[in-house]
Amino acid sequence: MEQLKTIGRELAMGSQGGAWAGQSKEFLDLVKSIGEARSKAEEDRIILREIESLRRRIAEPDVPRRRMKDYIIRLVYAEMLGHDASFGYIHAVKMTHDDSLPLKRTGYLAVTLFLNDDHDLIILIINTIQKDLRSDNYLVVCAALTAACKLINEETIPAVLPQVVDLLAHPKETVRKKAVMTLHRFYQRSPASVSHLISNFRKRLCDSDPGVMGATLCPLFDLITEDVNSYKDLVASFASILKQVAERKLPKTYDYHQMPAPFIQIKLLKILALLGSGDKQASGQVYNVLSDLFRKCETSSNIGNAVLYECICCVSSIYPNVKLMDAAIEATSKFLKSDSHNLKYMGIDALGRLIKINPDIAEEHQLAVIDCLEDPDDTLKRKTFELLYKMTKSSNVEVIVERMIDYLISIDDNHYKADIASRCVELAEQFAPSNQWFIQTMNKVFEHAGDLVNSRVAHNLMRLIAEGFGEDDEGADSQLRSSAVDSYLRILGEPKLPSLFLQVICWVLGEYGTADGKYTAAYIIGKLCDVTEAHLCNDTVKAYAISAIMKICAFEIAAGRKVEMLPECQSFLDELSASHSTDLQQRAYELQALLCLDSQAAGNVMPLDASCEDVEIDKDLSFLINFVQQSIEKGANPYLPESERLGMSGVSNFSSPYQQEASSHSLRFEAYELPKPSSIPVIPQPFISTSTTDLVLVPDTTYYRENNQASKLIVGPEASSADAGIKLRLDGVQKKWGKPTYSSSSSITTSVEKTTNGVVAHQDGIRSHSRDTTYDSRRQQPEVSVEKQRLAASLFGASASKTEKKATMAQKAPKGNSTNAEKSSVVRSVSPGTSKDKTAPPPDLLDFGEPVPTSAPTIDPFKELEGLIEPASALGPLYNTVKTGGDKAQDLMALHMDTPPSVSRTSLSLASEGTYSTDKSSYTEKPMIAVKKGPNLQDALHKDATARQVGVTPTGNNPNLFRDLLG
Amino acid sequence: MIHFVILISRQGKVRLTKWYSPYQQKERATAIRELSSLILTRGPKLCNFVEWKGYKAVYRRYASLYFCMCVDQDDNELEILEIIHHFVEILDRYFGSVCELDLIFNFHKAYYILDEILIAGELQESSKKIVARLIAAQDTMVETAKAEAGSVSNMIAQTM
Repeated sequence: MEQLKTIGRELAMGSQGGAWAGQSKEFLDLVKSIGEARSKAEEDRIILREIESLRRRIAEPDVPRRRMKDYIIRLVYAEMLGHDASFGYIHAVKMTHDDSLPLKRTGYLAVTLFLNDDHDLIILIINTIQKDLRSDNYLVVCAALTAACKLINEETIPAVLPQVVDLLAHPKETVRKKAVMTLHRFYQRSPASVSHLISNFRKRLCDSDPGVMGATLCPLFDLITEDVNSYKDLVASFASILKQVAERKLPKTYDYHQMPAPFIQIKLLKILALLGSGDKQASGQVYNVLSDLFRKCETSSNIGNAVLYECICCVSSIYPNVKLMDAAIEATSKFLKSDSHNLKYMGIDALGRLIKINPDIAEEHQLAVIDCLEDPDDTLKRKTFELLYKMTKSSNVEVIVERMIDYLISIDDNHYKADIASRCVELAEQFAPSNQWFIQTMNKVFEHAGDLVNSRVAHNLMRLIAEGFGEDDEGADSQLRSSAVDSYLRILGEPKLPSLFLQVICWVLGEYGTADGKYTAAYIIGKLCDVTEAHLCNDTVKAYAISAIMKICAFEIAAGRKVEMLPECQSFLDELSASHSTDLQQRAYELQALLCLDSQAAGNVMPLDASCEDVEIDKDLSFLINFVQQSIEKGANPYLPESERLGMSGVSNFSSPYQQEASSHSLRFEAYELPKPSSIPVIPQPFISTSTTDLVLVPDTTYYRENNQASKLIVGPEASSADAGIKLRLDGVQKKWGKPTYSSSSSITTSVEKTTNGVVAHQDGIRSHSRDTTYDSRRQQPEVSVEKQRLAASLFGASASKTEKKATMAQKAPKGNSTNAEKSSVVRSVSPGTSKDKTAPPPDLLDFGEPVPTSAPTIDPFKELEGLIEPASALGPLYNTVKTGGDKAQDLMALHMDTPPSVSRTSLSLASEGTYSTDKSSYTEKPMIAVKKGPNLQDALHKDATARQVGVTPTGNNPNLFRDLLG
Repeated sequence: MIHFVILISRQGKVRLTKWYSPYQQKERATAIRELSSLILTRGPKLCNFVEWKGYKAVYRRYASLYFCMCVDQDDNELEILEIIHHFVEILDRYFGSVCELDLIFNFHKAYYILDEILIAGELQESSKKIVARLIAAQDTMVETAKAEAGSVSNMIAQTM
């Protein structure tokens, strides 16, 4: 069928002489035979034959240029199908030198497709690109710019940079646009070489051509990502451009599916999201245009939804605004309810962004989320896991991690496996409800994705087992350890275990295998020897195993028991003593040495359960001072630092110009100046220095070597002290080997763990309460399957109680009202808390007061309140900046549009005033309510529990408050 | 940023590849192999995005041809989907109801068009009209060059 179509098409083309004309019959034949190939093997054969014939013919002398063009296109084709056509690269490069534009373009196209920017041949194209960038024909310039984007690397940027910058002022807008994009590419390659030109991007933002302005947004986005603060002054301009774009002020040609320049809108929204992030003032300038966009975006077209999604992203990134949040939530729920998988996917993503600001939102969509989780579409499933990861808290961690591990086992995409494993680990570390659960979870993760997990994770696990959960309760810790030992001894029966997991097992068995007296030393040692035999393990695992054995032996000796050597252990020891790895050998010999020690010494070498204690290292080797002093008194030379040793011998005289030469060694692209007779001694300065180094190079190195030897001889005592240092250091290392230490980080992490632990304990208490409420709701919604309900309940915690509430409320009042009522009740619930407990820090109370938490951590809520009490002072500066923004926008508009600037300015400032006043009223409302309502302790406790369940978790700052509230 | 664009037929044959980030020949081959096995097996109602090695591949099927763009995690997938469509619309306008065969036999023209739409992995021009105008200008340059070459060879022939 396809063949028939091909023939028909060809006939048609033949009669028209249309788009396919200009290609040789050979090329058409090649493409056709590829099209008819039935298998990849056949296709490969055809292409290989073609490559052979091309290799022969391309090398013939005097190939006509048009024929050559045809050859090169065929090479491109071969390369595209995955074959190597490198023999033809040089011909493509030559073709870029051609004067005729079609051939030149073919040459450029071929080299951009063939060569990466690190290819050796690029140096041959630089000159051509330089010449073409200066061409009078703008099409030639465009072709050169396109090629420069792909081919110019960090080293060659200086060669073309001045010309590209000149092109920013080219009369043709296409050239300006490409020059901007090329500069952007240069910036990505090497920010340093373009950093002085950044102001050009700002200038181009005001370009008279919308295409150039749109292109400028790409580099600006990158620049703003790097450094937000230097671009805050552009917020008003960006907002004004966005407003104009949305109001269809751009030429009709930029419309896409009835949307005005949607791609530019999306870029602008991305930039505004960056600029407004955590900045109330900047965000204030965006609110207006965002709410316009929400209103205008039509959701029937895909591109409309793309813009809408970007609006949601922007809202979730900037300083929160209640109205916009509502709009974003509404849009998100539309996405989630859509039949299209694409929109569901975007909805899940958007939800993940919004719950960062307001965790309550998730509940409303719980069933949609669960549907997505169980969807056969893998992409959607993964996205949903990402969402779950974001909304995990201690109340639902067990369900979520269990689901994740199930999924982890079911897939075989290593990349994603590693990803999801590290997420499981992170969640488990953060929210683990119990130590038992934590260890079990980690075991599962290690078992199924052990080789993909970061080794840091293994170290964390070991540290956790060593330190316990930071509680003072030694009993719980030792219980944790013995349960870990139990589980590991059981797991060792498995046929295949990842090496990292084996390391953890060995370490734990060595450290705690005999600690509770349940297992004998001989049993554990036997198991450890089995590990090295049964599993094909690498040197690291062996090292862990022998260290573990050493520890157990040391504990036994220290406890005064005799260690009898098992035969398998002896053979293991013998094997390691003869190992190629010096590390393993050393450990083996150390173990043998340890066995001869008495109990006192063994206890000192390997103290029991001391892995968490810091090993102090005396970096200055102060204990050697006496020794050094004595040596010097005996006539040894004092130690000199290396730099001085080299400096005094005068080697630097030779080496420093050489180094300079090396550092300044890079390609020069500008033409050499014509030598002037007067300046002869000046011009070839670098050459002089190279020549001198050349001349002296041989004696130089020998001299250097001599000098080195001399210094070695001279500093005899220093060398011996270094020897002593090595010996002493070995002691330190020995400890290190025995117990991998994390001394530096341990102190910090324990404190963190402690605080999270406090939280965990509290949450446990509440969970039972939330379960009760979920049962109620389940009875109310019989149409949804019980299983899904259960999953929803366990995932979303207290959600059910809320939905129930909402259902009843919705009958009485519109949605906004019901949330308001809830808001006030939450506020009410907190106020008694404050009166009771004065010590609690107030910022968290404010967070409670607003269901849309003003999450920006840098902003003091009190200041915000002050601003509300004295609106004039707060509004003043804001208003001013908006005004200046309008001024700036003015010239933009003048350039872009026919709108009289003065009108748009007034409308802009008026509108912004409007939002501020409404904002103000909405803000002042809340504290009022809080004051009016009287305290109600019972209610407060209840609400507090729900609020916390919902995700407003108490931070470490005010644990007292919650303890008091909960009694 | 768009890291690469590939066009593959339903049978998994490569029709066009464009790499904006550096990939060695081997990496290219694995990328194409892995992505085509991922994409071609997906059902029609599933979403048009796949996760691949920490990137996202956004694809869209037109008749027997799959257009696929590989982008960063934080890019807007719907936007990429529309960039693909934008490209297809321009191809369609240029070739006059484009079909797979147009792209097979004129893949270098498709490259020229793509070069006007994307540059260095970013969308450079969102106006179809401007792209069309540029491509037309380039084509007329080719025509005039041909005519000139003809006249020069005529002159040479006459002098001979």
